[in-house]
Amino acid sequence: MSDKRVGVYVCHCGHNIAGTVDVEHVAEWAWGLPNVAVSRDCQFMCASLGQDMIEEDIREHGLTHIVVASCSPHMHEKTFRGACERAGLNPYLFEMANIREHASWVHPHDKDGATDKAKALVSAAVHRVLQQQPLEPLQVDIRPETLVVGGGIAGIQAALEIADAGFPVYLVEREPSIGGHMAQFDKTFPTLDCAACILTPKMFDAGAHPNITLLTYSEVEQVDGYVGNFTVRVRRKARHVDESLCTGCGTCWEKCPKKVIDTVFEAGMGYRTAIYRPFPQAVPKYPVIDTENCTYYQTGKCKICEKFCPTEAIRFDMEDEYVDLEVGNIVLATGYDIFDARRIPQYGYGRLANVFTSLEFERLTNAAGPTEGKVVLRDGVTEPRSVAIIHCVGSRDKNTNEYCSAICCMSSLKFDHLVMEKTGAQVYNFYIDMRPIHKGYEEFYHRILDEGTQFIRGRVAEITDAAHSPEEEGKLIVIAEDTLIGRQRRVPVDMVILAAGLEPRADAQGVAHMFGVGCGDSGFFTERHPKLDPVATMTEGVYIAGACQGPKDIPDSVAQGAAAAARILGVIFRKQVALEPIRASIDESRCSGCRICNTMCPYNAISFIEELSVSRVNPALCKGCGTCVAACPSQIITGAHFTFEQIMAEIDGILVDVHTAPPEHTAVEAV
Amino acid sequence: MTRQAYTYYPGCSLQHRSHAYESSNRNVAQALGFDLVEMDDWNCCGATEYFSLNRLPAYALVARNLARAANEGADELVVPCSACFLNLHKTDKQMAQYPDLARSVNQALAAGDLHYTPGTVRVRHLVEVIISDIGFTELATRITRPLYGLKLAAYYGCLIARPDSIFDSTEHPTTMDRLFEVLGAESVPFALKTFCCGGHMAQISAETGFEMIHKIVKNAAENGADAIVTVCPMCQLNLDVYQNSANKLFDTDYQVPILFFTQVLGLALGLKPSDLGIGQEFVDAMPAINKISEVPPPKPKRERRDKQALPMPVMPE
Repeated sequence: MSDKRVGVYVCHCGHNIAGTVDVEHVAEWAWGLPNVAVSRDCQFMCASLGQDMIEEDIREHGLTHIVVASCSPHMHEKTFRGACERAGLNPYLFEMANIREHASWVHPHDKDGATDKAKALVSAAVHRVLQQQPLEPLQVDIRPETLVVGGGIAGIQAALEIADAGFPVYLVEREPSIGGHMAQFDKTFPTLDCAACILTPKMFDAGAHPNITLLTYSEVEQVDGYVGNFTVRVRRKARHVDESLCTGCGTCWEKCPKKVIDTVFEAGMGYRTAIYRPFPQAVPKYPVIDTENCTYYQTGKCKICEKFCPTEAIRFDMEDEYVDLEVGNIVLATGYDIFDARRIPQYGYGRLANVFTSLEFERLTNAAGPTEGKVVLRDGVTEPRSVAIIHCVGSRDKNTNEYCSAICCMSSLKFDHLVMEKTGAQVYNFYIDMRPIHKGYEEFYHRILDEGTQFIRGRVAEITDAAHSPEEEGKLIVIAEDTLIGRQRRVPVDMVILAAGLEPRADAQGVAHMFGVGCGDSGFFTERHPKLDPVATMTEGVYIAGACQGPKDIPDSVAQGAAAAARILGVIFRKQVALEPIRASIDESRCSGCRICNTMCPYNAISFIEELSVSRVNPALCKGCGTCVAACPSQIITGAHFTFEQIMAEIDGILVDVHTAPPEHTAVEAV
Repeated sequence: MTRQAYTYYPGCSLQHRSHAYESSNRNVAQALGFDLVEMDDWNCCGATEYFSLNRLPAYALVARNLARAANEGADELVVPCSACFLNLHKTDKQMAQYPDLARSVNQALAAGDLHYTPGTVRVRHLVEVIISDIGFTELATRITRPLYGLKLAAYYGCLIARPDSIFDSTEHPTTMDRLFEVLGAESVPFALKTFCCGGHMAQISAETGFEMIHKIVKNAAENGADAIVTVCPMCQLNLDVYQNSANKLFDTDYQVPILFFTQVLGLALGLKPSDLGIGQEFVDAMPAINKISEVPPPKPKRERRDKQALPMPVMPE
């Protein structure tokens, strides 16, 4: 033990730590901890100055173990391990004490307490690091195939970038066609170019690309493995149409007698048949049979589609199929759900006929939509003379979602223009703040102002059909406080459009769990770092792009799709990736062969060796979760880097009396 | 599950003008198998005005009731009047939230050897007690005379809906509408269901008060309501007594009877109108009650889909 020499470095992190924790005192006090040969404090340990200091001290003072007390290991463990490695020290002889997230940031009003806690954390790290062993990372090969989940614009972009670079991509989409929400839109802001005109070429490219395998009407059911070597089970829902025979001629859905409201692509505004293709530009072009609504599946009679199909492609007996894919990396681009406006009952959606959501209006104004682009009331014929657009419905609202949905200001401005262009109606916007924040957006806002739209600043209290005056009769009355003039206003209009916010997909939690990523407070997938690593996740090899990470518009979604692809291409070109050697191992000489660990392992990484009557861990499958370590009744399974001795030493360390006086020392100099 | 007996705070209105509410409450409680035991020596809740005039005595006035109820060993206090409910509920909540207020209030109560620890007594409105403790399923089994064919407007008023709704939503509650459907009646759309009846405005500024009353009656009548059903004696008084004054001011002739929820509930439980105080109202309720049919109304025929019209949003299950 005496030949071990520990270096302790306490970071100020500017004022982030030093504003609360007395870092000089912590560094001074740490001299008294076992085997500490150097203890210093430093403004920014992560800067090159701090890293150089570690490297120099290792060389000059013969340090054998390093402790840095600074931020979370998620932030800079890699940085400091790198410094150790450059100075010839095994990176696993380094330990980090988190005195920022765990001390200064959580106890900003208790300086003495935070300092005591920082000392305890440093002590724990020093005690622990003395028990740490050199480890070598596991090198694994990276499979070149990539799985992209979600065929909206973000997923399509990611798939195309990777495929264009020459690597295979599986693009899985839940709906019968790729295209996502963008395919439902008519125009895009702020340029007002046609959404289909810019989207369909990309959809076609994705469908025809030799490196892209489209798996539409399919869902991922299971994910196993680790970066470079994922095994993914995909359920291909039965289309009941043989893709090898179908020509997409359309006879089947023209003849189908069953009409149902299309709640997905038409957002409930139009009808489709039971055998259907969601929209004319669908990729792939093949229809699917909706068995829940198909007359044949409900009554056993009909089969009209089969009768008329010229290529005999209808397959009523088709069943779901499972395909297992081997992929190296995964992109989640699962998009968003629109806020259910019924959750704000005072806005009357679902009760008052002429209250529409933004997605409904997108279909209404779409030339290929149920009204062929005519802006009309729910009766399907009357043009509105006045329209109110309510901003922030289900956004910036403590009762529903606290966050800003980012796209509604701009899509509302787009609606302003479209309503005026198509009907000449007077348009009123009820807004809280206007946030047209990207390139060309503010200019678009001014254009719409110049076109004569009314802007009333105030959150709408209520939308009612209870008229209080003759001019309100038969209208929807929008009641809001106009906060700029300080008066309540009642604005009678023919039509109301609710700019509904963006929410995480209803099944986002389940998807997150399956792929091993996190969901934040708002329910969107969590990125590795909100600023510096927005498309990676805490799980190596799983990336996120588009609105599944948070509300965003088309340009941002495309940028993230491309960014995720660039990250993955980097990994593919490296061909190998180093994995943490934090794995469980079994002392086979002491294993009783009880096999309890076999069933406990969530990754099926432990197998039983019949001839030796012992269990053995496959290090490539093991994720180092520690379940077997805790479960073993003989306590003979060890988690590398989390050994019994290391954990006990850490506990001993955190329990030392932090009020002992710092010892005398001579060698320290402030940096 | 319903208790055998609830400690009951009737409030001044029920003992003076709103006898109909009091008698229907008592008889409905009996029919449903529980007692409303009036607490001893209660006093006025201060109504809507006192809190605006002098805050601390207003809180002390209300807290005296809570303290007395607690002394009687009550952990719940059932209140049929929305204004009393709000004041009692608010006082308990504010005392819990602001210890300084609780201290001052208890200093005042000490003069009468009383003390109230906030949170001791849970204040409940009678309508919420019947709906939550008995429940729709149980109520449905007790109905002997379903109110078939009767169209009712569920008038929640402003005091139980906001700020802390005792029902599903602060802005557009539907719980009482569901109750009417359980009773066999039809609940009509009623946009102004949580709109203020004007309170004492009819005395302070008659025209303003009449305008508010007129809006509510008009909205219910236009939606085809045979009666407006309320849970508050103040709402009932305003809409009933001043309906004709409002009619005169706006040159209309609405004759919408205003009933208490226990009156319609009592009818469905088979009680006689006279036992429910029906007949004491200004706008005669008998024409509405006579509309009740022996048989359920025929189910509306499924209309053919209008080829041009866009579908309404599909409601979730």
